[in-house]
Amino acid sequence: MTVVLPVSAETSALSTRPQQLGRWRRLPTNAKVGAILLAFFVLAAIIGPLVTPYDPSFQNPSPSLSLQPPSAAHLLGTTQSGQDVLSQLLVGIRLTLELAVIVGVVATVLAVIVGVTAAFLGGFWDELLSLLTNVVLVIPALPLLIVLLGYLPQRGQTPTILVLSLLGWPWGARLIRAQTMAIRGRDFIAASRETGEKTWRILAFEIIPNQTGLIAASFVNTVLYAIGASVALSFIGVTDLSSWSLGTMLYWSESQQALQLGAWWWFAPPGIAIALMGTALVLLNTGIDELGNPRLRDAANASTIAGRRLRPTDPTPVLLAEPARRGRVGSFLHSFSRSSILDRGGEQR
Amino acid sequence: MSFILRRLSFYIVAAWVALTINFFIPRAMPGNAVQAVMAKFPNLQPSAYKAIEAMLGVGHPGSLWHQYVSYLDDVAHLNFGTSVSQYPATVSSLLGQTIPWTLTLVGTATVIAFLVGTGLGIVAAWRRGGWVDRALPGLMFFQAIPYFFLALILLEVLAVSLHLFPIGQGFSQTVTPGWNLPFIGSAVDHSILPAFTIVITSVAGWMLQMRNVMVTTIGEDYVLAGQAKGLPNHRVVLSYAARNAFLPQLQGFGLALGFVVSGALIMEIVFSYPGIGLLLLSAVSSNDYPLMQAIFLVITFAVLLANLIVDLIIVAVDPRARSREGAR
Repeated sequence: MTVVLPVSAETSALSTRPQQLGRWRRLPTNAKVGAILLAFFVLAAIIGPLVTPYDPSFQNPSPSLSLQPPSAAHLLGTTQSGQDVLSQLLVGIRLTLELAVIVGVVATVLAVIVGVTAAFLGGFWDELLSLLTNVVLVIPALPLLIVLLGYLPQRGQTPTILVLSLLGWPWGARLIRAQTMAIRGRDFIAASRETGEKTWRILAFEIIPNQTGLIAASFVNTVLYAIGASVALSFIGVTDLSSWSLGTMLYWSESQQALQLGAWWWFAPPGIAIALMGTALVLLNTGIDELGNPRLRDAANASTIAGRRLRPTDPTPVLLAEPARRGRVGSFLHSFSRSSILDRGGEQR
Repeated sequence: MSFILRRLSFYIVAAWVALTINFFIPRAMPGNAVQAVMAKFPNLQPSAYKAIEAMLGVGHPGSLWHQYVSYLDDVAHLNFGTSVSQYPATVSSLLGQTIPWTLTLVGTATVIAFLVGTGLGIVAAWRRGGWVDRALPGLMFFQAIPYFFLALILLEVLAVSLHLFPIGQGFSQTVTPGWNLPFIGSAVDHSILPAFTIVITSVAGWMLQMRNVMVTTIGEDYVLAGQAKGLPNHRVVLSYAARNAFLPQLQGFGLALGFVVSGALIMEIVFSYPGIGLLLLSAVSSNDYPLMQAIFLVITFAVLLANLIVDLIIVAVDPRARSREGAR
């Protein structure tokens, strides 16, 4: 790492911020933005369906209400058959998020079980479980999902959750296995084994709590995967098309030519909602990463010297005490003097 | 060489697992291709059931083991049966028509996205807090948008409204397919927008990964040593820091390939691009099970093959993979 040895007169530039700020304040900005965005969607998912102004499936027979742009009565306009887009969106966020969170929980539990077991048993079982993990990881999930769901006679939320969970665990399992391998050899594990702790106690109270960050990250990733995959599946039509999720909203708006009819209020809200949820999760994940790896922390609070930000590989800056400001004429004259070489040396990198 | 052999045997196992899953899905699932055909033509007599079974090659005579062996034999001879929806075309002829399109478009676009993303990641890590680094959250938004949604909007704005690009399809109706210049020109013209969509949606992922690994390698002592020797900056960045960060990046590329390719397939649907994605959609919407299953196998094998190529590149780039036994 670059060692920063300031010869600068400004000592305040290097002083670290006091650490008395609360936990929340110390979180990376990324994580904060992500958490707030996500909280908004979770709130929408919880109270949204309770406050929907209309029944999302209600087709208003009046032709004057077909394909209406946003108005006071319909805040996000109506679809071609007079359905209220806002109501569909609120119900859709609930359904999509519900599916993604359940898949996230189930797949993460599977990942922890497989990863920890593989690392802890070692030997043959480790080889076998790792092989299984890598095989499931390398087989492209989406075509397999389509084939699996395509064969099911009734499509809907439950089969989708089952199949997505079944294919969503290997990424996390890989990471958790590696981390468990690293922890397993530490002294505190050996110590608790010496004191006669049972294996399951070591696993539950020593190993797993020590990788909360990793498990959280893999949960967030799985939720992200579940949102993407479920929306893609709905868009192809491999889902229960009579329920309202963000994916089915997109399916109907696409199949009824919302874009060609210029009905942006119909196809844009679900797409933007998915994108914002996804961004929130990605931000949250990079935030978690940064918490665990100080080198990734935001460059904004990286060291700056004399107002100049240091690149990680810059040579150690040796700044002279700031020279007195000269006017244009003064600096022209000064450039002839011998000491002007020293000024340059400070500026050039 | 042992590294490649180990990887090769892993891919063979993976391919076998995919083949076996594919074999058992229709036998374990309640849906049925023959019933789908029967439902399509309501005036068929129930006695036609056996005949349709034989026609589609989905009848299951003999023991399970016997079926399994003949199934493997069929796959080895690229005999995937007959398409239900586009009868009497065979599944392999349909695949043969669509694979070149997808391979060219998705393959090229994915490689471009990977290279551009890696390059941007290097810049972002090198110039921490610079404008490339700060653009990352914005790019992540593009990554979080579903592929097909961005494709829809780009198609509407750039092709339909502004007439900058042709609207969907793989080539224009006025040219005859073949190795002639107007056709190739038209095909390239039609592929620019889909390729651009794939690149813009997947570039942020590669960029973030490269940046994060690169930030860690930049802090290593050998980078400092390189600078202490007075090497020019670009050499330190490229040959010292980036080269070492590139190896995990390559491995990640292999692992994420299946996911990226799947997304790109969905995107083909939006552009009505005559590739495998569009074929998959028509297979799904018409319950064409033989076609669906064959597409799954083809995509899986393509991803496995691409992974093998990535491994060959790793061997070329990483001396450890060449010298040490079982470097992974």
